[in-house]
Order: sequence, then structure tokens, then C-alpha cells
Amino acid sequence: MIQVRGLTKYYGDHAAIRDLNFDIASGEVIGFLGRNGAGKTTTLKVLGCVLLPTSGTATVDGVDVVANAHAVRAKIGFLPDTPPLYNEMSVGDFLRFAAELRGVPSRQAAAKVQAAEEKMDLREMHDVPIGSLSHGYRQRVGVAQALVHQPALLILDEPTSGLDPIQIVEMRDLIRRLRGQHTVLISSHFLAEISQTCDRLLVIQRGEIVAQGSEDDLAESRGKSAIELTLRGKIETARAVLSALPGVVEVNDHDPASALPGEVNLRIRAETDLRAELVRASVAAGLDVLRIDQAASRLESLFIELSRNDPPTADPTSPASTGDAS
Amino acid sequence: MRNTLLIARRELAAYFRSMSGYVIFALVLLIDGILFNAFALGDGEHRSAEVVAKFLEYTSGLVMISSVLLSMRLLAEEKQTGTIVLLTSSPVRDREIILGKFLSGFAFLAIITLATLYMPLLIMVNGKISWGHLFAGYLGLLLLGGTTLALGTLGSALARTQVLAAIISAVLVTTLLIAWALAHVTERPFNEFFQAIALYHKHFTPFMQGVIHLRDVVYYGMMIYFSLFAATRVLEARRWR
Repeated sequence: MIQVRGLTKYYGDHAAIRDLNFDIASGEVIGFLGRNGAGKTTTLKVLGCVLLPTSGTATVDGVDVVANAHAVRAKIGFLPDTPPLYNEMSVGDFLRFAAELRGVPSRQAAAKVQAAEEKMDLREMHDVPIGSLSHGYRQRVGVAQALVHQPALLILDEPTSGLDPIQIVEMRDLIRRLRGQHTVLISSHFLAEISQTCDRLLVIQRGEIVAQGSEDDLAESRGKSAIELTLRGKIETARAVLSALPGVVEVNDHDPASALPGEVNLRIRAETDLRAELVRASVAAGLDVLRIDQAASRLESLFIELSRNDPPTADPTSPASTGDAS
Repeated sequence: MRNTLLIARRELAAYFRSMSGYVIFALVLLIDGILFNAFALGDGEHRSAEVVAKFLEYTSGLVMISSVLLSMRLLAEEKQTGTIVLLTSSPVRDREIILGKFLSGFAFLAIITLATLYMPLLIMVNGKISWGHLFAGYLGLLLLGGTTLALGTLGSALARTQVLAAIISAVLVTTLLIAWALAHVTERPFNEFFQAIALYHKHFTPFMQGVIHLRDVVYYGMMIYFSLFAATRVLEARRWR
């Protein structure tokens, strides 16, 4: 579906993305993961035919995004980081406009709008002006405008940005429902969303893809696993015993505020999953094991690991840095 | 053309849904009415044709100002709010976006301009007016307004904010207005050039007198074309940034 080769984009002397190479197969749900300024938005804008690359090629369904942008645009639905919504229009009128703009014939527009509203649970908002919607509903309308013409490829730039936890869960469920109907490329800062929604991850750092694969693939390729432990007993003994175990990379205090007196929360980075060995060693050293967990936010650890030594930089395409909402 | 009309229809509806559209509409009618009564009708006895000419002169100024105000939002607002991405990521050509935007503004301007028609018709109470004079005058107003609006569309394409768009458009329009004055202080061939590009005196005055020159129609048509062409190029250039 998407083939990217040597994609590079410079803003002046600054390379926002550099020599990107990746493929996305039809029907995949791909998470695009990276810190602010890593180049996610720039990449998505190039694929969305909103921005031209400095060099390299990108094709959607075999069609070049530079040479034949018009044809590519007909195949995609794009949600930028700020949903492009006209506040004075009702949800129904806006989605109809978006559908017709993407080439849906007038007589089919009403049915497409209804389908998009049903997918995004927006039916009861059909006649409501967009300006009076909550942030969560605005995001839904943003996704609905991207899929109203039933494109082969959906590009969603941070669809859960600014949502509260309940809205995030709802949005995640809505995106899951798109699986099988579209190829979906999602960028997000919300790592759990990427982990739970996507088949595969592309991790971008300083404009370069530093890892790609499923969460398991990435964890395996990094050869490290994060484990959280809550122990009761002599803390110094615990540290010494666990650090000495073969395969343990480092032992750190974790969330000390939540530990009761006499207890300690530790986060252990290890080459492999050493949960059994850690429990045995702790018990042998006379320590009580109150909790052990393959780090709940495993992906978060992985993300931190992958983007270590990656100082945050301003994304030249972000509204905050350019003053341009596009 | 379908996309152009689609964009134009949405934009025109947006003028009627927004407060600014009604404010501009009301202010033009109010100020034009005051000027018409105070200076065109109330300034002693004149021949009907002279009153019509004066009315067209006042109205032309208002048409130019309202064109700048109507055009400032066309693209700058979309850039400010981020909605421009909806258009630029859709299978719509940049020239269709620009033309759709221009047509919506022009349609709204034409509605405002034609709403002033009752004023010259009042002259018929005590005088007699030529329909040809009126037709030529309104054709001139629409051509002048269309040109100012096209320049404003270019200003709006260049600017990131509506205020900046209004300033750029005002500078472009003023430059073409004072070209007439420059023609008087320069020598050939520059004076001929400045005279030819002057927005108002050389090209609009004949319309005020009820005279339609093909030369003037072509001038306004070319100005609209080149302004919209430049605006299209500016929009295309956004993909490089």
C-alpha cells in the first residue's frame, strides 16, 4: 500500500526527516511512534500530499505522491494534528462537504455521511453545529471527515490528542473498528494507544526510523525487558542480590512515593524475561515479594530506551513552532 | 468546475452564517445611503446623469474597501484555523480552490453592490436616468470590485493572518491607485506604464460616465486573471514549506 524510499525533508538547513525507508502492506494498522519534533507530522504530511519532500520517493498504491498527488489524494483520508473543522457548519453538512470534495457523487453523499456518522457514533450530532461540540466529538468528526469517502488509506495524526482518558478509550475502540476496512497509519504520543491498536510500530527518532516491527519484535531486538518489583525486607540486600543476577542490566528505584515503610518498588532492566529468577533470588535472600510485573507500560520502557539520547526538538511543521496551523 | 462550485457554495454560505458578512453588508448600505443623500442628492441641483456619476464614485470607494475586508478571510482564515489542510489534502486542484474562494467573495460583493440599486432608482422620482448609464456604472463597479477582490485573494494567500492579509491587500490596491499620481510625475515611458496600470482614474471613470470601453473591460479582466494566477502559485508554493 505504502512504499517509502530515501524520503528526506529539509526546512532550511534542518532535516526534519532523513532517508526514511519503510513499507506498509494493505490492511495493516501501523503506529508511528516518536517524540515531539522527531519527524512524525512531516512524514504524514508528505504521505498526505500536503508537503513536498526534498528528495526520495513515496508511493501509495503504486502512485507517486509528488508526481501524481491528485490521484493519491483520492485514495487517502487525512486527519492532521488539528482537526480541519468549519465551526459554523453542522456535522452533517460538513461531512457532506468533505465527501463531495473527495469525489463522492451528490446522490451518494447522504449514504456515505450516514455510514461515517455510524462508524464514529455521531448520528445524534448530525444537525449540531461543530462549534458547539466538545473536544472529544470534534476529534470524532475529524476522523469521520477522513473516512467519509471510504479511502483505502487513513492517515491519522494524533487522533487522541487532548482527549480525557474515557474519550481516549472510546477513540481507541472506534479506531479498532476500522481494522480490515482501511489501511491505517496513526501517530500518537499516547504509547498505550499505539500498543493496543496497531499491528506494527515504526519508531522515528531525529527524522530517522530507528526501529520497526511489532512490540514483541522490538522488545526482542532490543534484548531487554523491564520488570517492576515490590519487595519487603532489607532494601540494600535486595539491590545487591538482584543486581548480581546474570542478565540483569540495571536496578533502579521506581515510584518511591507509593512504597509503604519497609517496602521498596524497583524497576529492573534485564536482557530477557527474568521474572522467575528474580522471585527465586529474592525469596532465597529472605525478602517478601509483594508484587512482580512485566512492566505495565512495556512499550513505554521500550520507547524511552529507543529515544534515549534524543533531545526534544521543535517540529518545524507543528503549529506552535510555525504559527501555522497547517 | 464541480469542486470550484462546491467550495464557492460553502464559502458563500459561510458569509451568511458569519456576523462579519452582515456587518460589512449593513455598513456599506448605511454609509452609501448617507453619502448618496448628503452629497449626490443634497448638494444642490444637478442633472440626473451627474447625480448617478457621483453616486457611482462614492459607491466605488465602498466597493473597494468592502472587497479588501471580504477577501482577507478567504485563505488566511483557513491557514489560521488549520482547515486549509482539508482542501489541500483532497483531490482538488489549487486553481479550483482559488477560483472557488474568489467566486464566493465576488457573489457576496455582487449581492451587496446590487442592493444599492434602489438609490439611483430614487433619482427617477424627480429626474430621468439612462438604463445604459446605470448598466455601465454597475458593470464598472463589479469589475472594479472583482479586481480588488482578486488582489485581496492574493493578499490572503500570501498572509498567515487575516489582519496581515488586509494590510497586504490594502497596500496592493493603494499602489495601483496611486499609479495614476506617479504617471504625472514621471516621464515616458514610465508615465504611460503607470497610467496603464492605474486601477481607478483611467479605467473606472468612463464607466461612471456611462461609457464602456473594451480596453477597460480587458484591463480589469487581465488584472483579475493575473491576481488569481499569482494566488494559485502562492498556494502551490505552500507544499514546499
